[in-house]
Amino acid sequence: MDDVLKEYSKQLPIKIIDEVKKSVPKNVSKSKLKEIMENILEEYKSMKVAFGESVGLISAESIGEPGTQMTLNTFHFAGVSEMNVTMGLPRIIEILDCSKSLSTPMMEIYLTSPLNKGKGIKEYAEKIKETTLGECIKEVSVNLGNSTIEVETDDNKMNILKITKNKIIKIVNTSLKGYTVKESGNLIILKPRGKEDTVNNLFKTKEKIKSIYVSGIKGITQVLPVKKGEEYVIVTAGTNLKEVLGMEGVDSSRSFSNDIREINSILGIEAARQSILNEVTKVIDVQGLNVDVRHIMLVADTMSISGLVKGITRYGVVSEKSSVLARASFETPLRHVINASISGEKDELNSVVENVMLNQVIPVGSGVPKLVVRKE
Amino acid sequence: MMGPSIHKKVDSIVFGVFSPKIIKKMSSAKVVTPELYDKEGYPVDGGLMDIRLGVIDPGLRCKTCGQKLKECTGHFGYIELARPVIHYNFVSTVLTLLRSTCRECGRVLIPKNKIDSYAKVLDQAEQEGGISARRSKIKEIITTLRTTNKCPWCKSRQQKVVIEKPTSFYENEKRITPIEARARLEKVPDEDCMLFGINAKAFRPEWSVLTVLPIPPVTMRPSITLESGERSEDDLTHKLGDIVRINQRLFENINAGAPEIIIEDLWDLLQYHITTFFDNAVAQLPPARHRSGQPLKTISARIKSKEGRIRHNLAGKRTNFSARTVISPDPMIDLDEVGIPIIVAMKLSVPEKVTEWNAEYLKKFIDRGPKKYPGANYVVRPDGKKKKITDETKEQVIEELQPGYSVERHLMDGDIAIFNRQPSLHRMSMMCHRIRVLPNKTFRLNPAVCAPYNADFDGDEMNLHVPQTEEARIEAEILMQVKTQLISPRYGLSIIGCIQDAITGNYLLTKALNFSREEAVELLLAARENDLSSLSNKQKFSGKEIFSVLLPTDFNFEGKSKGFTGDEKVDMKNDTVVVIKKGQLESGIMDKANLGEGSGLMLRNLVKQYGEQKAIEILGKIFRLGIEVLLKLGFSCCLHDTDMPKEAREEIENTLSKAYEDVDEMIAQFNEGKLEAFPGRSVEETLELKILERLNGARNKTGGIVGDFAQKDSSTIIMANSGARGNPLNLAQMAGCVGQQALRGKRIDLGYSGRTLSAFKKGDLSPDSRGFIRNSFKKGLAPHEFFFGAMTGRDSLMDTALRTPKSGYLYRRLANAMQDVKIEYDESVRDATGNVIQFNYGEDNLDVSKTEGGKLNVQRIIKSVLKA
Repeated sequence: MDDVLKEYSKQLPIKIIDEVKKSVPKNVSKSKLKEIMENILEEYKSMKVAFGESVGLISAESIGEPGTQMTLNTFHFAGVSEMNVTMGLPRIIEILDCSKSLSTPMMEIYLTSPLNKGKGIKEYAEKIKETTLGECIKEVSVNLGNSTIEVETDDNKMNILKITKNKIIKIVNTSLKGYTVKESGNLIILKPRGKEDTVNNLFKTKEKIKSIYVSGIKGITQVLPVKKGEEYVIVTAGTNLKEVLGMEGVDSSRSFSNDIREINSILGIEAARQSILNEVTKVIDVQGLNVDVRHIMLVADTMSISGLVKGITRYGVVSEKSSVLARASFETPLRHVINASISGEKDELNSVVENVMLNQVIPVGSGVPKLVVRKE
Repeated sequence: MMGPSIHKKVDSIVFGVFSPKIIKKMSSAKVVTPELYDKEGYPVDGGLMDIRLGVIDPGLRCKTCGQKLKECTGHFGYIELARPVIHYNFVSTVLTLLRSTCRECGRVLIPKNKIDSYAKVLDQAEQEGGISARRSKIKEIITTLRTTNKCPWCKSRQQKVVIEKPTSFYENEKRITPIEARARLEKVPDEDCMLFGINAKAFRPEWSVLTVLPIPPVTMRPSITLESGERSEDDLTHKLGDIVRINQRLFENINAGAPEIIIEDLWDLLQYHITTFFDNAVAQLPPARHRSGQPLKTISARIKSKEGRIRHNLAGKRTNFSARTVISPDPMIDLDEVGIPIIVAMKLSVPEKVTEWNAEYLKKFIDRGPKKYPGANYVVRPDGKKKKITDETKEQVIEELQPGYSVERHLMDGDIAIFNRQPSLHRMSMMCHRIRVLPNKTFRLNPAVCAPYNADFDGDEMNLHVPQTEEARIEAEILMQVKTQLISPRYGLSIIGCIQDAITGNYLLTKALNFSREEAVELLLAARENDLSSLSNKQKFSGKEIFSVLLPTDFNFEGKSKGFTGDEKVDMKNDTVVVIKKGQLESGIMDKANLGEGSGLMLRNLVKQYGEQKAIEILGKIFRLGIEVLLKLGFSCCLHDTDMPKEAREEIENTLSKAYEDVDEMIAQFNEGKLEAFPGRSVEETLELKILERLNGARNKTGGIVGDFAQKDSSTIIMANSGARGNPLNLAQMAGCVGQQALRGKRIDLGYSGRTLSAFKKGDLSPDSRGFIRNSFKKGLAPHEFFFGAMTGRDSLMDTALRTPKSGYLYRRLANAMQDVKIEYDESVRDATGNVIQFNYGEDNLDVSKTEGGKLNVQRIIKSVLKA
């Protein structure tokens, strides 16, 4: 059987051959298999894309058209145990813009055994979450008489996080300059070093204290252990892929973030491309729309072909175009024309808009083939 | 015969800047006076409306080319500026050059030995990232240069150049006049320019300081004559008038030896006028205004934005031979037809070439003239002259007519037209239809093609275009015909299918109906099925048998109906397994899952096996059959459908009361502080989530009760079950309970005042106060319920209003970025520059619109081979 299939491996995509392998009964005769393969090959040939087909525009249409049907502010709100994530059109725009700051950064952390069975997952999740001093404190107050700041710690919370008072003092000491930190009773007292501080400054530091980083992974503001299929995963709000992937107990081959730039910088462009594909597909599926992967794939490829992730904006993909007129017809036409004239750019007129502007045949689809006639 | 026609084609366009010399050379007039017309209203020589610059008045001839209005495209002129002025758009270039070249010798402030290495870095950057990368690299280098204070070439000291926006430069508090700036830029040698990405052949740096200003031709700024006979000049002419006037004043003052201050003031004023002539929206300058106070529209504004030259006139064009009116449905015309009113048919025309063989035929059209259908409007001579056909000229034209002429005859049945509805979001928004001339004044289309156009008949208008050349017609027919667009390239399934009544009709027909032979034949003939040979000799036919007549006799198909569960017993009982064997529908109900757009493979397989033409015919027949069935049965939904028996009403009431009690319980628990929070949530959030869950559960349960008690044969239920319109939830809201109104995924918020409406207590968390609508639409809503309903209604209206422009912009960006990506002959996907984007399209080279839902159906092929 494999011999017959092998013959076709050059002419047919692997995916199709694999499917045949899987679904053909084991006892099929060679001639039958051959017949099947011939039929498939014939059908495959009839389904191939035509040369010159403007697949780019078709992809743009296929993603742009359902965009009008998407609802604007859909938050994923499926019950109790789900994180709020931006979905729908805003998310698509976010992905294709390749924006630097996401409205809801998020990670899905897969775990290795035994954590993925749900054992000790709560404690583990707490460990990942970024804890600030504000969370292990009951109260902060300013003692105006001595011009000191008094911090009352929350022992309950500290027990959960396994932090000692000494550690807190140490942390405060290193991150706040100009204060001496002392323990007195159940309070931690901060005293300005040297001269007395102004009241204004004292209140400022009081606020600052709350946001001092204590433990966990920076940037992760919420954690939620969720059962996904057979195993437990941790869903987080906020991302920090680098740190998380380095942690013990994390299945680094499957854990991911929804921040494409981050993925690009840590896992490289191939991963970024795949993650564009995944994220767009996710949004479109949630909306119940039907868009073929090929279209999303092509968009993801155009965004990542240069080796960097480029957004579909005037600074990204569009600025890469070689044609001056094509760039000018998009946005900021004057800038493009002026820059072009300074460097004496030449527009070879080999894409679409330029030729529309000049009333010429566009070099796409039925405009590609040329006819040569010998002049008698 | 005509000789071979040779088309000129623009091969490439090179961008550059005009040098003063070229400006003078290409000018046909020097403008010296701000006056426009003399006393007789004749353009002044040397004025801005000089007829050497082109003509805009009928009767006059251009002095330069001798052509008349509309023939002469206009000619440039120029003015000599008394003092040079900086071109606003090149300010940044001038600044970088002043900063990074020597003030004495004009060389770049890079030591000789380093120039080559920098040049290499720049060239490399350009190779890797194109011209934009080069520009950003230059910027980096320039910032390092600013600190150099000694020229490495001539050792002279350098000073810091600062810019005072928009157009003045200072060095040590001392102004660098444009004259000085120009002098310095002149000294920069060509090879140093290259470092800055300046191509000295296209643009010498000193050209960014203007000494002469080109005057655009009058044809570019025509004046309009008002009703009163007064002339109103174009904004550009106004601006140019200002420039010429100040320029003359400056000349006079300089010649008269006026004090420096006055001259400088005038110079600045000239600078202002020239800057605003190019761009009237410069941040630091007050925009030049009309007397009425409205800002002038100068050159930048003409080019920029959606209404500017580029997007409005160049990338988008207007067209003749088009029509637009309201659309209305007509299921009796074919899917690929469009009904057009006679009025339109008589206005639009198709040119038909006169040959020996059709001369007599065409003469009849001319004889009927433009007022009698089907007639003709114009005759075109071989030299391109158009002649209107009127009652007077008719005979003469017929006499004259000979091969080589063409006749623009009225549209007739079977002509080709392109039909379009905006927004044209995908290629199925513009399709080619055959024309059917019909009475009345709307465009008629088959409701089955509403889906691709996204059209309905609540007042929608559509456009119609008539291709005028043989080439265009053929291309439209091959590429744009409705039948070629059956399968959407978005997901590889049929995008055209039955809708509404057609689905309901076929659902009822294939479910349980029986007809006598007469009735069956009547139905089929009404659906325009003429081949009744597959009808057996029976006297009674089931609906399935009637439906089967439409199918090809060798069609085999297996599929699922809407209610398919996968449970064999249930599916048998509900008849949801579709089996078609040899063109006979053996089991299964035809509903939306099989006939609707974008669902199911039945239509897809019909196209695949029998071709587009056959498929579209079958679909049309199925559609009409559905409608005919309903016509025969009568079908209408009514208020009665939402009536619930007493038990049902009580059960609903109980369910809701129970839910209310539960919620009260939860709130009480919360108030006592006994409620336990979910992990990662506060107690308040937990309470909200729990209440929401409970209330939604209750609503769903009422929905279930309504579903159980509703009459199964009521029209509303039939429509919901067949998938034609509505769903069980709609019925539940009408008959049971409307349910929770949600804003941003939450119950309606308390707001600043601590309550939603003044009828409630502050901090009230009960379902009623937070937007739960307990009543049904039929029962009627309480005032507060109605208000909450209006809140969510408004929210969704806003959502739509905000979404449309956003998604439109996203689409524009996507289309702009990807429009030139196409398949090359080596199967790779490339953009216009030739960069490979994919080696194989979609990794397997399959065209989605030729696939079955994005796949090659291996299973089907295996089955068919193994069976045979």
